[in-house]
Amino acid sequence: MTPEELATLTGLRRARDLMDREYAQPLDVPAMARAALMSPAHFSRRFRAAYGETPCTYLMTRRIERAKALLRQGWSVTDTCMAVGCTSLGSFSSRFSEVVGQTPSQYRAGDHRPLQAVPSCVAQVATRPRRTRTPA
Amino acid sequence: MPVTLASTFVPVADPEAALGFYRDALGLEVRLDVASDGFRWVTVGAPGQDVGIVLFQPHGGRSPGEGDALLTLVTQGSLQAAVFRADDLDATFERVRASGAEVLQEPASQPWGARDCAFRDPSGNLVRIAQA
Repeated sequence: MTPEELATLTGLRRARDLMDREYAQPLDVPAMARAALMSPAHFSRRFRAAYGETPCTYLMTRRIERAKALLRQGWSVTDTCMAVGCTSLGSFSSRFSEVVGQTPSQYRAGDHRPLQAVPSCVAQVATRPRRTRTPA
Repeated sequence: MPVTLASTFVPVADPEAALGFYRDALGLEVRLDVASDGFRWVTVGAPGQDVGIVLFQPHGGRSPGEGDALLTLVTQGSLQAAVFRADDLDATFERVRASGAEVLQEPASQPWGARDCAFRDPSGNLVRIAQA
């Protein structure tokens, strides 16, 4: 494997780690591509090839996973939306419903006792929304 | 008598860089350093704990395609190496951060009671350190 290819993969990893850490910030593709030291178009293409989803869907998946954790703790839907970096309640709720299959309020009202039995790092993986789309 | 853990294996891109992290920053001891065919297998472990972590290069003893596939997963951050324990998590975190390691998470209390932090090793493996 060439040093250039390794540098590309390292850049993708740093950008994804940035999303995992700074999901509450207003991240956009140009900012993420800068972290990966790539052009936005190249970054989006390589990110999808590596991780199976686009940078934008990855970030939204991360936000929804964090939102589920806050809702399970009883946070309000509005506070949750803002805390995970979404600025529009309407688009947050519709993306959440689309990915989770329940509205944020329905999810909040559900029974989450089984998840309390496992460590949060396990719950995080177990509750991470699945996207079955394969990379083109 | 149940089985106990003797050794576990962590793929690393560059053994020297890995030693900078596992030996110099984390403080593990080097127990074995084997070279063959241009590749190295370096066994490290925590002083006083009889468990070896073998740092190996993905292409050692594998086909180029298989080595590339493994190195790709490591480098893009898809794998995790280990969870360590430290008596003084904050001091350990500061020491590892000062070594230049990529920080994924500062020491933080988890909702289930544990307190831990997280780094990438120089190859891209996720490494967590928990308060003992």
